[in-house]
Amino acid sequence: MGSVRGVRTALASLLLLGLVLGAWQLATIPKTATAAGNAEYQAMVGSHKAGLPSPIQIAQTSWRHLRSPFHDGGANDKGIGIQLAFSIGRVLLGFALAVLIAIPLGFLVGTSQLLQRALNPYIQVLKPISPLAWMPLALYTIQDSALSSIFVITICSVWPMLINTAHGVSSVKREWLNVARTLEVHGLRRALHVVLPAAAPTILTGMRISMGIAWLVIVAAEMLVGGTGIGTFVWNEWNNLSLANVIFALLMIGLVGMLLDLAFGSLTRLVSYQE
Amino acid sequence: MAKSPLIAVDNLSKIFSGPRNREPVPVFERVDFTVERGELVCLIGHSGCGKSTVLNILAGLDDATTGQVLIDGLPIAGPSLDRGILFQNHALLPWLTAARNVVFAVRSRWPSWEAAEVARHCQKYLDLVHLTGSEHKKPSELSGGMKQRVGIARAFAIQPKVLLLDEPFGALDALTRGLIQDELLQIWAATQQTIFLITHDVDEAILLADRILLMTNGPRARIAEVVTNPLPRDRTRQTLHRNPRYYDLRNHLLDFLLSRSGRHVNGAPPRSAGARPVNEALESGRLQ
Repeated sequence: MGSVRGVRTALASLLLLGLVLGAWQLATIPKTATAAGNAEYQAMVGSHKAGLPSPIQIAQTSWRHLRSPFHDGGANDKGIGIQLAFSIGRVLLGFALAVLIAIPLGFLVGTSQLLQRALNPYIQVLKPISPLAWMPLALYTIQDSALSSIFVITICSVWPMLINTAHGVSSVKREWLNVARTLEVHGLRRALHVVLPAAAPTILTGMRISMGIAWLVIVAAEMLVGGTGIGTFVWNEWNNLSLANVIFALLMIGLVGMLLDLAFGSLTRLVSYQE
Repeated sequence: MAKSPLIAVDNLSKIFSGPRNREPVPVFERVDFTVERGELVCLIGHSGCGKSTVLNILAGLDDATTGQVLIDGLPIAGPSLDRGILFQNHALLPWLTAARNVVFAVRSRWPSWEAAEVARHCQKYLDLVHLTGSEHKKPSELSGGMKQRVGIARAFAIQPKVLLLDEPFGALDALTRGLIQDELLQIWAATQQTIFLITHDVDEAILLADRILLMTNGPRARIAEVVTNPLPRDRTRQTLHRNPRYYDLRNHLLDFLLSRSGRHVNGAPPRSAGARPVNEALESGRLQ
C-alpha cells in the first residue's frame, strides 16, 4: 500500500513539474511575427520579447555550469561549486560561532529565572532586527567584508538557538531532575547526562531554524558585500543580464538549503526520545 | 524496638503557605515513627493526607516545617545516595535504555568502578527483576510493569540504607501489580533492604509490611495507629486470604480508612490508642 501511494505521489509531482515547465516553455517561444516597425528595436534588445529564458535554455546553462563546477578562471569566472562552497563555509563558520555563544548562554538563562527575566527585554528588542541592518556596523568595526558576513550570520543564528536552548533547559521534567538529585548528580555531570539529553530535541529544533535563517541571510549578505559566494554570483549575473544563470543559481540555493535542513532533520531524529 | 532505629521521625509537621489572609493549616503535624533495620514499614492513608510529602521529606526533596528526621542518628541534609527512591511514575530517563538507566545510578554510587564491574552489578539486579533480554530497550518500548521493574532494579542496585517507595504500583493493572509485589518481596528477602513504602492499597500493605502506619485525613493529619502485622512472614498472595487473621486485619484497616480516619481531626487522642490494643485484639482474634 505504502509503495503504491509513493509511486502515485511521485507521478503527481512529475506531472505538475511537466505542466509548469511546458507552460513556461510555450510562454517563452520567441514571437517572430511582430510588428514591422519594431524590427530595429528588436534587433537591439535581442529576439526575445520578454527576455525570460525558456526551461530548455536554463537546462543548457545548468549543464554548462555543472560540467565543471570547480573550475577557477579568476575573480569573475569561478565554478558554481566554488561559489557555493564559499557561502556554505561562511554559514558554517558563523553558525558554529553562534552555537558557541547561544548554547552555553541558553543553559545559563534556562537555569536561572532571574537571568531569564532580566535578559528577555534585550532579546526581544535585538531579535527582530534584520541581520543585514547590522552590516554597516560590522563593516565599520571589523573592516573586512568576508568576516562581516560571517558576523551577520552569527547574529541571525544566535536568537532561535538561544531561545530554544533556554526553553528546553527550563522545561526539563522535574522528576528527571529529582532523579539526579537523589543520585547526588550535580554540576557538569548533571548538565551533560540529564539536562542536555532532555533538552536536546528542543535545542536541535532551534539550530535547525537558525540554519534555515542563516542560509536565507547569506545570499543577501553576499549580494551586499560582493567578492565571492552564491549571493555575489546572483548579483553579478543580474548585472550581466543573464537571467538563465540567475535562475540556475536560485535552483542551487534551494537545493543546498533543502540538504542543510534534511541534515538537521536527521540530527534531530537522532537525539529525540519518546516518553 | 531496641537500640537506635535506622530512621527516627520526630514531631514532623508541614505547612504549605496557602492563600493570603488565611491562617496556614498544617497538612500533617506531630508525626513520629521509627523504622528498624531490615524492616518493611508501610504508611497508609487517603490521598491528600500528606503521605507523599512525608516521603519527600525523608528523601530530602522537601523540607519539614517543624520536627526532624534522623537517619542512623544523623539529621538529613538534602537528597542522598543513602536513601534510594522508587518514584510513582518510575521516572526513568527516556533517552537511555533500561540497562543504561541502572548504569547511570550505579556510576553515581560508585564512580571509581570499572565498566566491567558496573555492568556485572547492573546485570545482577536486572536479572533479579526478570528483565533479562529487555535490557537494551528504551523505556517507551517497555510496558508499565516492565518500566517499574527497571525502577526497582535502579533503586535496589545502589544499595541504599533505606529504600523509599512512593505508591510504586499505583499505576499498574491488578495482575501486573501482584506479580511485581511478589518480585519485590523476593528481592527484599534476598537483599535485607530496609524499605519505607507508601500506599493506599490495604491488601498491598498487608502483604508487604511488617508494620503499618495509619494516617488520618488532612489537614492536621496524624499517625493514628501503628499496626504490627500478625501474619507469618512467609505469606504470599496465594495463601494470604486463607489465614483467618487476614480478615480481621483487613477489616480493621478498612474500617479505619472508611470511617475512622476522619475523626482524629483537631487533636483527638491518636497515638496513645495505638499499636498495643489493636494487636492484642488481633492476637486473640476478637477484633471486628
